[in-house]
Amino acid sequence: MSASVLFDAPGPKARRRHAILAAVGVVVALAVLYVVVRKMQTANQLQGFMWEPFLTDRSVWRDYLLPGLWGTIKAALISITLAGIFGLIFGVGRLSTIAPIRWISSVVVEFFRAVPVLIMMIFAFGVYTRNGVFASDINPLAAVVTGLTLYNGAVIAELVRSGVHSLPKGQGEAGLSVGLTSGQVLRSIQLPQALTAMLPALIGQFVTVLKDSALGTAITYTELLTWSKTLGSAFSNTVPAYIVAAILFITMNYLLSRLAVTVEKRLNRRGKTAGGAHLDAVPLPGAPPVMEAAAEPSTTGR
Amino acid sequence: MQEILSDYDVLAAFWGTIKLSILGTIGALILGTIVAVLRLSPVRVFQWIGTWYVNTFRNIPLTLLMVFSILGLTFILGLQLNSEDISSNVFRWAATMLAVYHGAFICEALRSGVNTVPVGQAEAARAIGLTFGQSMRHVLLPQAFRGSIAPIGSTIIALIKNSTVAAVIGAGEAANLMSVVIENEGSRFSVFLVFAIGFVILTLPLGLFFTSLSRRLAVKR
Repeated sequence: MSASVLFDAPGPKARRRHAILAAVGVVVALAVLYVVVRKMQTANQLQGFMWEPFLTDRSVWRDYLLPGLWGTIKAALISITLAGIFGLIFGVGRLSTIAPIRWISSVVVEFFRAVPVLIMMIFAFGVYTRNGVFASDINPLAAVVTGLTLYNGAVIAELVRSGVHSLPKGQGEAGLSVGLTSGQVLRSIQLPQALTAMLPALIGQFVTVLKDSALGTAITYTELLTWSKTLGSAFSNTVPAYIVAAILFITMNYLLSRLAVTVEKRLNRRGKTAGGAHLDAVPLPGAPPVMEAAAEPSTTGR
Repeated sequence: MQEILSDYDVLAAFWGTIKLSILGTIGALILGTIVAVLRLSPVRVFQWIGTWYVNTFRNIPLTLLMVFSILGLTFILGLQLNSEDISSNVFRWAATMLAVYHGAFICEALRSGVNTVPVGQAEAARAIGLTFGQSMRHVLLPQAFRGSIAPIGSTIIALIKNSTVAAVIGAGEAANLMSVVIENEGSRFSVFLVFAIGFVILTLPLGLFFTSLSRRLAVKR
């Protein structure tokens, strides 16, 4: 643990000091909590009718929160699937032995990593609505998926590349020495290992997709945030509705992050793959690839 | 492309983005450092508070924080950061929420920097008789700081891009202007290109800078 790097095991004096600090910490935390509750109370946000519907009224869940959750999850699932395909194509493109393919892939990946998701969503939404590309009720979803796919696809492409780069050199060399072509080496030796090692980072990326799908609210896509806003006006409990939506988001993403950590630990224990693809190992936009894998396992997905 | 640049004040919009990013970065660095200290402290209660902060704000959509800051905090709870000027209130809340959200990531960046320091370094420092403060100042923190430059860099770049989320509450920055332009001019590719290139100009040099910095300062092990 990091704590053992910074601190010695506490003696009796230090332990007493820690106990005092802990007491101070508890007091400060309770004080903050008190201020928040007090503020909510004076603003009349703690009244029963605002919170009870979440427990007693079925329609809150049936008509608002569950459709919202479904909207969020639907957009995220479609996006991560398409982003995986996009990432695989351009990640492999950047590893190609043919220089022009490498260049084009690099430009595409670096461009989409540098452009904010919202910019892409707004533009895609404008294009789709003007030209009637999709049915008008699907346009917002299509625009959300477009933005999320392009950005996260570019990130996954980088994960693929850094995953292949962090494999031991011997893997590729062994493949070449038994007479495989470089394409065969990539396909049958390097990619399978890199993709397995990528799994935790991919789950982490799914968390990003889930969070960013809330941007859809800016282009009229009805996901959890939009629905909780509607819920807030229907039941005149805006603040509780947002808080419940936040708790749903946090729970979902927290569980996914835990899953990423578990998968990562399991992969490490299996010890099949050396290195691994971490978001930490992905170079910054415009930077040359970082060859060495992160020294420590990344804490959790971003 | 040229008429967009002449008809609309694109530069002013990007200046808004830059201001928002700078304010957000300063706030995120301060908050992130505080939370990192809490998480790394030997006091269990502090660790819990720090962990709670990171788990909460890393897993919540920034969009929700932004929307909540105006529709919830300003309108209902009456918490205004500038009671005279609405647009300034929105702008300040946007910067605050950028700081709160990215503070969690800065904390994790700093922590991952500390994690790159081998335990042997601390043990060696204590073995040659350095006090706690000395070993922190001369041995551990310099290495930890160098190790966290790259993740801090990617967090700041993410923050610049995420400043566009402020458009959801109508803060004056690039994405906000872009949706206005698209409203008026239609979704032309040139509009997209102007704003996309603006962000490439903002983020690409910064990425190169942080990479070279983290390479130059990397601790040889």
